[in-house]
Amino acid sequence: MVPVMSPGLLGYLAGRLARALLTVAGLVTIVFLLVRLIPGDPVEAILGDQAGPEEKAELRQALQLDRPIGAQYVSFLGDVVDGSLGTSFRRPDRSVWSMMHEVLPDTIILALAAWLVAWLVAIPLGTLAAARAGRGWDKLASTAAVAGLAIPNIWLGPLLILAFGVKLRWLPLPGDDLAGPEALILPAITIGTALAAVLTRQTRAAMIEILSQQYITAARARGVPSIPLLLRHALRNALLPVMTIGAAQLGALLSGTVVTEKIFERPGLGTLFLDAFFARDIPVVQGCVLLIAVIYVGVNLAVDLAYGIVDPRVRLS
Amino acid sequence: MTRARDLLRGTPIGLLIVVGFFVIGLIGPWIAPYDPLSIDLLHEYEPPSRAHWLGTGDNGIDILSALLHGARLAAVVGLVVVGISVVLGTLIGTWAGYYGRLADHFVTGVADLVQAFPAIVLNIAVLALVAKPGLVHLIVALLVNGWVLYARLARAETLSLREREFVEAARALGVPAPQVMRRHVIPNLLGPLVIQATTGLGVVVLAESTLSFLGLGPGKAVSWGALLDQGTGVLLRFPHVALFSGGAIALTVLGFNLTGDWLRDWLDPHLR
Repeated sequence: MVPVMSPGLLGYLAGRLARALLTVAGLVTIVFLLVRLIPGDPVEAILGDQAGPEEKAELRQALQLDRPIGAQYVSFLGDVVDGSLGTSFRRPDRSVWSMMHEVLPDTIILALAAWLVAWLVAIPLGTLAAARAGRGWDKLASTAAVAGLAIPNIWLGPLLILAFGVKLRWLPLPGDDLAGPEALILPAITIGTALAAVLTRQTRAAMIEILSQQYITAARARGVPSIPLLLRHALRNALLPVMTIGAAQLGALLSGTVVTEKIFERPGLGTLFLDAFFARDIPVVQGCVLLIAVIYVGVNLAVDLAYGIVDPRVRLS
Repeated sequence: MTRARDLLRGTPIGLLIVVGFFVIGLIGPWIAPYDPLSIDLLHEYEPPSRAHWLGTGDNGIDILSALLHGARLAAVVGLVVVGISVVLGTLIGTWAGYYGRLADHFVTGVADLVQAFPAIVLNIAVLALVAKPGLVHLIVALLVNGWVLYARLARAETLSLREREFVEAARALGVPAPQVMRRHVIPNLLGPLVIQATTGLGVVVLAESTLSFLGLGPGKAVSWGALLDQGTGVLLRFPHVALFSGGAIALTVLGFNLTGDWLRDWLDPHLR
């Protein structure tokens, strides 16, 4: 057993952390530049082409777009550092962060639920497929994975609503009272299906590799029954690489929530983002993009750190 | 001989879907029975019938005609975005991989940054800066992250090709770098790039549909995603609109995924 905080580990953690911070600094800069340097005038985008010059000048001043770009950057950095991320155009009394903070839990719960769905499907299905490689169950699982990857969530959502909301009437329809956890089931399946397909394939591949190793053959020869053999001897070892992939995808699920919140008429970061988009509330758009990207980077960092602690070989690469 | 036979034996349903998609993208608007924008309020949201094979939608538009026109948009956006992405990504990636050092750090750094944003979120953010997003804006928004995968692929392949004897020999003979890349490196990248581009077409078709579904598509054009959005709005009363438009998207994405897998198996004998 390696001591928990060996110098190698510390170095790895520090290096990885520094890289993540650098990425975040880069993200902040890109989000800033995105709004300023891409051709197209946000003032015109907000007011439309009918607005008079005074009106435009006024908004330009309010948005501080008339100041030199260096000064704008410094004040944007200030907004990032103090955590407010600026002020909404639509609601001058609200900071962007307070608006995001209000809806963030809805989105995080949805993403976690989708993640859970993916694991609950992928591990049993992938294990079963590997144990029965080349036979019926395996074919069924890989067909399901192909379908799961191809079905767009903009279609899956409506299909699930039709099947379980309209025909079977098991689950609430969009717009019904959203309080209960049962309202989370269909949106979670909508987002989680693609990830379930990816993880099923990964679990199957990892299990097949493990099952061909000698210690499995040895355990079989010792007469270990097949279920404990699969679960205790094989799955435990197969799971680590699959978990890395699965954990890294947690951030990616956030982008699925944009679409799914719209389909199921749920509040959340995606809904806030889209509303801000249509109102051309650039500070809020900017804030949402930055927050989503930072969560994404943060999740990847956490995965890398955890993996570095669990598996010492990672630190060397 | 065996290769050609293997190819045919597996003639995959995916390839048929893909060919069908492009054929419809080409001739769809000409064979469409109706104008997909013509309004017929007396026949709004009718289920499939002899006059309207797939029924009618919002304002009584003919869904079959709308889908046939939407295929053109999806095909054009897909081909343009993937085409430019492949060329741009290959040039950037080969350059980074071949010269290494600073060029490589720069390209990998930018690629990492772009990929730190979930794709769709970055696309929306770019579109948010335009007053009235049109087809060109949509394409630009999809290109912003489209090139990255191809650049990464080209870079990785170039890194390993650079060390191979035939490239080293060319360099030792004094062949100028651009020519080495053009003659010896890039031709060897084509296989993996074609596989990636096939799957990539499905990704772009889906992205176009998703953006249109969210209301960010090019205003006037008929899009599968926009139709699905209308269909979702009336899902509880007239499910056929969402079923057919979403089905078209799903089938197309499935076709590209299957074709990509199949090409991979065929071009990469290790996996067989």
